[in-house]
Amino acid sequence: MNLTLKIWRQAGPNDKGGLHTYQVADISADMSFLEMLDVLNEQLNEKGEEPVAFDSDCREGICGMCSLMINGEAHGPEVTTTCQLHMRSFKDGDTITIEPWRAEPFPVVKDLIVDRSAFDRIIQSGGFISANTGSAPEANSVPAPRDKAMRAFNVATCIGCGACVAACPNGSASLFVGAKITHLGELPQGQPERWSRVVDMVGQHDHEGFGGCTNIGECAAACPKEIPLDVISQLNKDLRTALKNGH
Amino acid sequence: MAVSGLLFIGFVLGHMYGNLKAFAGEESFNEYAHHLRVLGEPMLPYSGFLWIMRVGLILALIAHVASAVILARRAAKARPVKYAVKKNNGSSISSRTMRWGGVTLLVFIVWHLLNFTIVKINPSNGDTGGDNPYHLVVDTFDTWWMTVIYLLAMVALGLHLHHGTFSSLQTLGLTGSAVSRARARAAGWVVAIVVAGGFSLVPLFVLVGIIEK
Amino acid sequence: MAGSTLHDGLTPLNGPSEQKSDDARGYYTLGDKLVDPVAPTGPIKDRWTTRKFENRLVNPANRRKLDVIIVGTGLAGGAAAATLGEAGYNVKSFCYQDSPRRAHSIAAQGGINAAKNYKEDGDSTFRLFYDTVKGGDYRSRESNVYRLAEVSANIIDQCVAQGVPFAREYGGLLDNRSFGGVQVSRTFYARGQTGQQLLIGAYQAMERQVAAGTVESFTRHEMLELIVVDGKARGIIARDMVTGEIETHLADVVVLATGGYGNVFFLSTNAMGSNVTAAWRAHRKGAYMANPCYTQIHPTCIPVSGDHQSKLTLMSESLRNDGRIWVPKKKEDCEKDPRDIPEEDRDYYLERIYPSFGNLVPRDIASRQAKNMCDEGRGVGPLVGDFRRGVYLDLGDAIKRLGKDAIEEKYDNLLDMYERITGENPYEVPMRIYPAVHYVMGGLWVDYHLQSNIPGLFVSGEANFSDHGANRLGASALMQGLADGYFVLPNTIRDYLADGPFEKIDETHEAVVEARRSVEDRVQKFLSINGTRSADSYHKELGNIMWEYCGMERTEDGLRKAIDMIRELKADFWSNLKVLGSADTLNQSLEKAGRVADFIELGELMCIDALNRRESCGGHFRAESQTDDGEALRHDDEFAYVAAWEWGGDEGQPVLHKEDLIYTAIEMKQRSYK
Ligand SMILES: Cc1cc2nc3c(=O)[nH]c(=O)nc-3n(C[C@H](O)[C@H](O)[C@H](O)COP(=O)(O)OP(=O)(O)OC[C@H]3O[C@@H](n4cnc5c(N)ncnc54)[C@H](O)[C@@H]3O)c2cc1C
Ligand code: HEM
Ligand code: HEM
Ligand code: SF4
Ligand code: F3S
Ligand code: FES
Repeated sequence: MNLTLKIWRQAGPNDKGGLHTYQVADISADMSFLEMLDVLNEQLNEKGEEPVAFDSDCREGICGMCSLMINGEAHGPEVTTTCQLHMRSFKDGDTITIEPWRAEPFPVVKDLIVDRSAFDRIIQSGGFISANTGSAPEANSVPAPRDKAMRAFNVATCIGCGACVAACPNGSASLFVGAKITHLGELPQGQPERWSRVVDMVGQHDHEGFGGCTNIGECAAACPKEIPLDVISQLNKDLRTALKNGH
Repeated sequence: MAVSGLLFIGFVLGHMYGNLKAFAGEESFNEYAHHLRVLGEPMLPYSGFLWIMRVGLILALIAHVASAVILARRAAKARPVKYAVKKNNGSSISSRTMRWGGVTLLVFIVWHLLNFTIVKINPSNGDTGGDNPYHLVVDTFDTWWMTVIYLLAMVALGLHLHHGTFSSLQTLGLTGSAVSRARARAAGWVVAIVVAGGFSLVPLFVLVGIIEK
Repeated sequence: MAGSTLHDGLTPLNGPSEQKSDDARGYYTLGDKLVDPVAPTGPIKDRWTTRKFENRLVNPANRRKLDVIIVGTGLAGGAAAATLGEAGYNVKSFCYQDSPRRAHSIAAQGGINAAKNYKEDGDSTFRLFYDTVKGGDYRSRESNVYRLAEVSANIIDQCVAQGVPFAREYGGLLDNRSFGGVQVSRTFYARGQTGQQLLIGAYQAMERQVAAGTVESFTRHEMLELIVVDGKARGIIARDMVTGEIETHLADVVVLATGGYGNVFFLSTNAMGSNVTAAWRAHRKGAYMANPCYTQIHPTCIPVSGDHQSKLTLMSESLRNDGRIWVPKKKEDCEKDPRDIPEEDRDYYLERIYPSFGNLVPRDIASRQAKNMCDEGRGVGPLVGDFRRGVYLDLGDAIKRLGKDAIEEKYDNLLDMYERITGENPYEVPMRIYPAVHYVMGGLWVDYHLQSNIPGLFVSGEANFSDHGANRLGASALMQGLADGYFVLPNTIRDYLADGPFEKIDETHEAVVEARRSVEDRVQKFLSINGTRSADSYHKELGNIMWEYCGMERTEDGLRKAIDMIRELKADFWSNLKVLGSADTLNQSLEKAGRVADFIELGELMCIDALNRRESCGGHFRAESQTDDGEALRHDDEFAYVAAWEWGGDEGQPVLHKEDLIYTAIEMKQRSYK
């Protein structure tokens, strides 16, 4: 198939940037979206134009490195990551607009690449269980109820991709934070730090400049790992309990 | 936000119930308006309850609008560069129009208070009805464009409540499972339809002449 | 495992090997024999305990003065950074991704082994040890493997304490499954995302130390050179991939945990950025590269669909438990819809050739047989070149037997992923699979302390050669990464650091300046060649050569041909490469060029190593060394050694050092899966 691509090009963090139009031909339906961009880049390299910079690593939907706003949808039209999006989701003659994640705490580094280190700093603020190596008790000495363990697992699948922020009209990272709060909060090991964790993580989230959540729900619809909206409810509930108890 | 919002929901539900007394006739309606003022007497002075409620509502409104402004400013700062193309997949019109809908409601409330409480503007004959709010209401809605303004405001209110009800429950952390989330969504529909629909009945029935002086 | 195969661990059961063949003559020089200077002795059960006790301690007050560089944030690097940070050392952590959480360990699906014996099915440290040595075709060091089995149980405890959500039974206790053809259930798992959950655990532990100020994290930083001062590793040169700045980082000790180099094949299950650069730069600075030719090819990957392909995706091996593997009996059926091929025209070749193991034969056998079928012209799927490279993995019978729901519950995620990639519905049409490069057992040579032959340079995880011999068992790489990071390195590195802090050096030291200049020159060189071909196109070509001649089956002639082709490719690369853009911004073409340059050199060494090893063992199958019925044939008398290669200079030949593998606890046996 032949496609018209409108791609955001921006030389660096301080460059203004803008959409550029490119044509690609003979794209196979079996290609992944990123392989289609590889084809474009090979073509640009031949013409002497600098290839489009975009992030990817595992290309199997698990590392969370790939991003891209594709025709106004984070990771494109399917519920998956961009690296797992295939060209059979598009038609011959389509025009595809490709933009970077847009959020103040995710500044553009170059072209389609943004800096997501704000997520690391949120984890640093409390997204862990303090268990020094070597001090762990026998694993089966603390059973975890299966349903709670299942819920913990389901939300622990967050890959930190940032699509939730990209899709949220408020630029909020509540789904990401909620997923971590719920993951650790559902496990017996996560209890001792449960209340300070939520206060610290929400504090860091706000400090990074993410927007507040008004429960719009675009985030959950964009999440490639289908993290449900209840994690935000859990986040609010834990925060309320924590504040009530003076944390 | 959630607390002030829920307070508003309580208020509009009660207010709507009061308005529906218009169907029970002039006396019943005026009786109700009077009752509001003498409620709590003699422990409270005349209009005491009303004033407590007014103060509560004003404080809630201040809190509500202030948080709305803070949230809006944070959101604007969090996304300084807009998307060239953006699709909506998980949101409803109501959730996306909370801010403009809220502003609409604010404008409406100002107008509404001028209309019924402070100045008692009577658009049909200038007669403010004295102690007869029933007359004022009927005169007002006999004017077609007043009815239209109110009906439009009720659309805005319905939208605001549709998302607002769900949202306040979510904000309070009461929607921790798929089931409770579905319930909160349903509550949003019910409150929106009941309130917007309930309020709309009086103006409509006045306009078509079923409720008369 | 009969009792007679276990020994006291005190008396050698085999002597040093003596190589008779010399296929690689002309391509290498023979160096001195190599011995592990810190090899432990005594009964195998006590070796690690004794060593932990003997290794010197570092006073907590001194730890803050000791700088540790850890390159890599996968299980091996992330776990080490967290643990050494907790201990109070001054740690600097590096990764090329935008966050430590994205290291390729995250992609591991199946699970992690540990000898917990929760199922009371006869598992033990000794059995895990035995299975690992045997699975590695007796080409690993027994002391290392025993230690791995020994600490495996602690890993699970540690991960659970961190909040890793392992699968649980209804009673709330941890669940296990059997994996990779072993007969006990010792694999812990978190649905199909075990690697992700383990890595997030290590990542969170590490971020906690970042907050505590003991670990400093450098993301989007690529190590491009090792700094060696007076024979000791003292730091690295890294490029800030955002600003392009070439930075010098000095330390008392350097740990490389940079993962595997399977991407030398271009197409593999590795991440796009997986590379050999860190290890190769260290190799060029004197670190030995051990057994580089040992590559694991995974039998169940989604086949290549065309030239555009950038990577291959693994389908968990667990599918082989329920799927039946077949190809058409007749070549002319290969183009047909598989549903139209009647039962009697299908060749369930694994069940036919290996009646007792059937579809569950080990990875290398399953892979090689798939290749044989396709080479015979009975492959299925689209034509890629002249062949169809795929075989059917058919869930049809299992769906009939267990019902669609049961299959869905088990493999839901995997089958969705399959459908997403191929556009075919695996519940209706048999899946197509083909082997792909997956893991490398080879890597930098290390001693029992995980220290390379350059003092102060430690290597952990997939980047070292240590624990898996010629073949790795399923679910053992995650175990090794975490064992190295949480439990081994922290206990061995302290013995080295007990002599520190070492003499202060600064950026003006001659060796530092030289290292930095070499990196800058190289970057400039890439940008100035100004030829016509992209780094990617060279990478693809190299990958084709490696897959064709140094892949599942290797022959003397093929390997010689490959070496010539790689040398030509290298010359062309350095004269015809085209890298656009500049050095002082983010420049992905430039990054790629550096990685491909190193892959080309590695590829040559892999071929030389494969050429020299005229035996078939584990992942290395030499056509010249097979039994009458086509099975791998080891030559323990000639090749029971670790091949540790020393860099011979750009113009010289690599130097081979042999480290004999002497077993005291297990006797070597030929494998048989018939
Ligand atoms: C698809 C797949 C499935 C697998 N499934 C299993 C399984 O089920 N069970 C199992 O036991 N094993 C499995 N494995 C193998 C296992 O995942 C890996 O061997 C293991 O995770 C490697 O961990 P590591 O820490 O050594 O390296 P990695 O996790 O690969 O980490 C390498 C790190 O080094 C950094 N790095 C590399 N080069 C540089 C450089 N030049 N400069 C700076 N930083 C650098 C990277 O940024 C990264 O942080 C699987 C592997 C793959 C590919
Ligand atoms: C006066 C002008 C008003 C403005 C500017 C305004 C604005 C907003 C905004 C921006 C929100 C945030 C969206 C969200 O959190 O989901 C909100 C929420 C809400 N509003 Fe209003 N609103 C106004 C009046 C009202 C009125 C009159 C009512 C009820 C009758 C109301 C009920 C609610 C409720 C229930 C919520 C949800 C609270 C929550 O999410 O926690 N609002 N409003
Ligand atoms: C068609 C619908 C409505 C009708 C007919 C109506 C009618 C009235 C009347 C008659 C009064 C005066 C009562 C009195 O003084 O005793 C009043 C007061 C008031 N109304 Fe409404 N109203 C309507 C909708 C609304 C809505 C939607 C809101 C808010 C969102 C609202 C908010 C108020 C407030 C705040 C007062 C003032 C109460 C006070 O302090 O005295 N009304 N309304
Ligand atoms: S919650 Fe979903 S969208 Fe957000 S970072 Fe995690 S995986 Fe990505
Ligand atoms: S879209 Fe945004 S407003 Fe909240 S529910 Fe999701 S974070
Ligand atoms: S590249 Fe890893 S999730 Fe897309």
